Amino acid sequence: MTHLIIKNGFVYDPLNGINGEKMDIFTSNGRIVEKVAEKEAKVIDASGMIVMPGGVDIHCHIAGAEVNSGRLLRPEDHVKDVEVKTRLTRSGVGYSIPSTFTTGYRYSRMGYTTIMNPSMPPLEARHTHEELDDTPMLDKASYPLLGDWWFVLEHLRDGLLEECAAHVAWIMNATKGYAIKIVNPGGLEAWSSGRNMRDIDDSVPYFNITPREIIRGLCKVNKLLNLPHTIHVHTNNLGKPGNYVTALETMKCVEDLAEGDRPVIHVTHSQFSSYKGSDWRTMSSGAEEVAKYVNHHSHVTLDVGQVIFTDTTTMTADGPFQHRLYLMTGNKWVNHDVETETTAGIVPFRYRRKSAVHATQWSIGLELALLIKDPWKICMTTDHPNGGPFTAYPSIIAWFMSQVARKKTMMKISKRARRNSLLPSIDREYSFYEIATITRAGQAKILGLKQKGHLGVGADADIAIYDVNPEQVDPSRKYKTVRRAFRKAAYTIKGGEVVVKDGQIVKPVYGKTFWLDVKTSLPMEVNDDLKQKFRDYWTIEYENYAIPERFLHASAPISIKAEV
Amino acid sequence: MKNNIIVKVKNACAVGEAKFLNYALHRQTKPLIRKNGELVETSLEEAIQRGAEILANAQYPILYGWSNTSCEAIRVGVELAEEVGGVIDNTSTVCHGPSILSIQDIGISSCTLGQLRHRADLIFYWGSNPWSAHPRHIDRYTTFSEGRFQRSAWRGYLSRLTGTLARKRLGRAIDLVLGRQILSPPETEFRLPPTLFQNKRKMIVVDVRKTRSAEIADYFLQIQPNKDYELLQALRLLIRDEELDVDEVAGIPVEILEEIVDIMIGCKLGILFFGLGLTMSQGKLRNIDAALSLVRDLNQRTKFLIMPMRGHFNVTGANVVFTWQTGYPYAIDFSHGYPRYNPGETSVTDILRRGESDAGLVVASDPVAHFPNAAAQNLVKNPLVVIDPQATPTSIMADVVIPSAFVGIEVEGTAYRMDHVPLPLKKVVEPPETCLSDKEILQRILVEVRRLRSEHN
Repeated sequence: MTHLIIKNGFVYDPLNGINGEKMDIFTSNGRIVEKVAEKEAKVIDASGMIVMPGGVDIHCHIAGAEVNSGRLLRPEDHVKDVEVKTRLTRSGVGYSIPSTFTTGYRYSRMGYTTIMNPSMPPLEARHTHEELDDTPMLDKASYPLLGDWWFVLEHLRDGLLEECAAHVAWIMNATKGYAIKIVNPGGLEAWSSGRNMRDIDDSVPYFNITPREIIRGLCKVNKLLNLPHTIHVHTNNLGKPGNYVTALETMKCVEDLAEGDRPVIHVTHSQFSSYKGSDWRTMSSGAEEVAKYVNHHSHVTLDVGQVIFTDTTTMTADGPFQHRLYLMTGNKWVNHDVETETTAGIVPFRYRRKSAVHATQWSIGLELALLIKDPWKICMTTDHPNGGPFTAYPSIIAWFMSQVARKKTMMKISKRARRNSLLPSIDREYSFYEIATITRAGQAKILGLKQKGHLGVGADADIAIYDVNPEQVDPSRKYKTVRRAFRKAAYTIKGGEVVVKDGQIVKPVYGKTFWLDVKTSLPMEVNDDLKQKFRDYWTIEYENYAIPERFLHASAPISIKAEV
Repeated sequence: MKNNIIVKVKNACAVGEAKFLNYALHRQTKPLIRKNGELVETSLEEAIQRGAEILANAQYPILYGWSNTSCEAIRVGVELAEEVGGVIDNTSTVCHGPSILSIQDIGISSCTLGQLRHRADLIFYWGSNPWSAHPRHIDRYTTFSEGRFQRSAWRGYLSRLTGTLARKRLGRAIDLVLGRQILSPPETEFRLPPTLFQNKRKMIVVDVRKTRSAEIADYFLQIQPNKDYELLQALRLLIRDEELDVDEVAGIPVEILEEIVDIMIGCKLGILFFGLGLTMSQGKLRNIDAALSLVRDLNQRTKFLIMPMRGHFNVTGANVVFTWQTGYPYAIDFSHGYPRYNPGETSVTDILRRGESDAGLVVASDPVAHFPNAAAQNLVKNPLVVIDPQATPTSIMADVVIPSAFVGIEVEGTAYRMDHVPLPLKKVVEPPETCLSDKEILQRILVEVRRLRSEHN
């Protein structure tokens, strides 16, 4: 029986419309409650501090085969940033691809409590979950890569939507996944034979289907299955000048599938899909066009994928993109194709201030966040570690909240990028309320996580307290104070327990792993034919493909009733 | 299965079958402890207690092995190494360690095995002999497997075989009729067979001697020993359309190499498997550097992949678990309180050769039989704890022996295939009562070590 009272903090809880009110928050047994008796509770004095729901990250590569290959590839990244073992915590290394324990601690120190690992090859899901189990302090979930899964390609090509839905429902259970991830639809299958997709109407070799059909098909499947999150799409042509057109077409292609205001597509790390120009010399920002479209449509949500000027490691399931990046940089390159499902690539990369392209990328991320008017439509991410490590979030918050902070960085970037940037013409500055939206409330809402991202009665008692007084500190001018506060949470409370105090781990905890237990009226039929198909398509048996629930350290299934 | 004993094995290769049928031979099931120079039977509690004392009192212990146990056990192993501030290392240090160093320099273009079954039409085995070492590799994943876009080359092989036999018989008959002296055909024949130019699956073996795998290949490239590096670099040059000013490289005429390069560039999807013949011959990691670079370069012309042929069943798992917990795949030193990695300095063989460690824990491995003499001597000079289901030369030399249950036969677990695909290992029979799993034994040692250390402080 643990009760907690957080007194006198300035509470920012956008999902419940609370904007900086001074109030008390009560928790009991891991949940937010109406009230608890003060005698029985531990009291935290939060006066002069900001109280927010625990941070949520919709898209960060922190576990699994591809992340681990990245770790293996970069001893030079680890050696400069180490975590020493303490009485409570395990040791580890950073920087751009931290070891699992370090990842958990660092997120928690910044007040984050829930994170989503966005790319899990179904065949290697077991690996992802082993790593997630070794990532402490956080609740987590993972998205299986389904855009190039042969069952999906075949069923959609044949117009068998309900069979496709049954297979997707099965894979969520089998891989303990949370949402449908689509990466460069069709392009990964093509990359298996060394090719790529030119646009969303190109044809996938051997399968006679187009990316448009894959996106639309899976979008419909997503609706049929009532999944809490939308399809999570990494667009075709990512990281190519002129690709904002592809991004717009991708969003447009599901426009007619929307009902009411509910989003049906999430375009992830959209910064990497918002480039204008015909080559890298003429590359410029397409943020205005993308933002304009998003402002006028309610069926789409985005996350930023902000670029940080640092040395990082890019890793995506987009094999052809990574190969292009290797050709461009000449850096070391890892490619890993997964049979019947997906590909992956890794290339170390440094974003330089003085590079016109890199600086424009930096600018595009901020332009998107500032030009999209509704903060509920956009999430703050770096696509960790692709744009930069997640530990840079406080710097991004400072750029969002302060024109001065932006100007200061602008002074140091490439002249050409500065000249072309839209940023000087934008005077918008985020408020703490909006920051709470794009870093937790909006993310939880887009993910459909009802227990997270807010402080209403019944929510999980995941709370972050930051030592900054919104009445005294003007974030526009004192952005450094704000940045410092967000770097080290005064308190992080996970499941009603204080786990971080003054930026130090005081109690290591395990987090839960969410996954979808989708109930369809006609489940995928498991017969000898299907088992034979598994034998033909993969090199492992059907029985070894699925992960039993007991394999997860702390399994938290979410029951979903599908429409089919 | 009969009375908790395995009597028949289905679906396994010869190596696998032998493992399942013979695992219980030469087995010691009771814990042993060395008293007055003799190994005597003892209780599990005492063995764990003694083992924990050895580790807790050591200044710089080494924890070695790990490639023949489950990932679950390895996870506890890393925690134990961190707790005692020791060095943890796995068998890749004497196996594919150079390959890993090269990957860290160059990267690697690789895949899972099914990708090859479906698509590979050009298969290279370089310094590896899968027919003998990985008996089902060729028919499950490569040349003789049925994929979606590539058919098995089995029929081609059969007709080639019958053709060769018929030719031999015919030649012999003619020899007999003409009364010529019977001579075996010349061994080094450089002419490329016509099958290599057909639009079909083909297999090329590169080795210094004619192995069983070479016999079934479409073409066998017999190269001079320790010339792999030259040959790989020559191929890289040829891929860039450069002219070579020599007549032959590694004993192979340049004209043949040019044709091979054309075949490589012309394939739909090529794969190069390499074994210890490349990793551990002269040049070591530089050989792998060249091989990885060759494949990387080929990707500008076609699709090409490369994969090391690994040995122990979970050596990949050991690398994978070490990497996610510490950032590094092997040779990790925790003596500073954080993971440090510098193979050559922090690798177990080098530490042992320099005589720096003062205690050892060996899990599921046999370093006494496989390490260089000087290293093995230093290993047994210091207190040594062995956790292994089998009696080995190392366990005979140990101070504490804790027999464990066989992973994949007597206990469950997770292991990684050589292409990084995680697989569940099942429990088939009950373990002997005195044998716990590696994971449980390590957990109990860890608890005991923590208790001893907190008493000490």
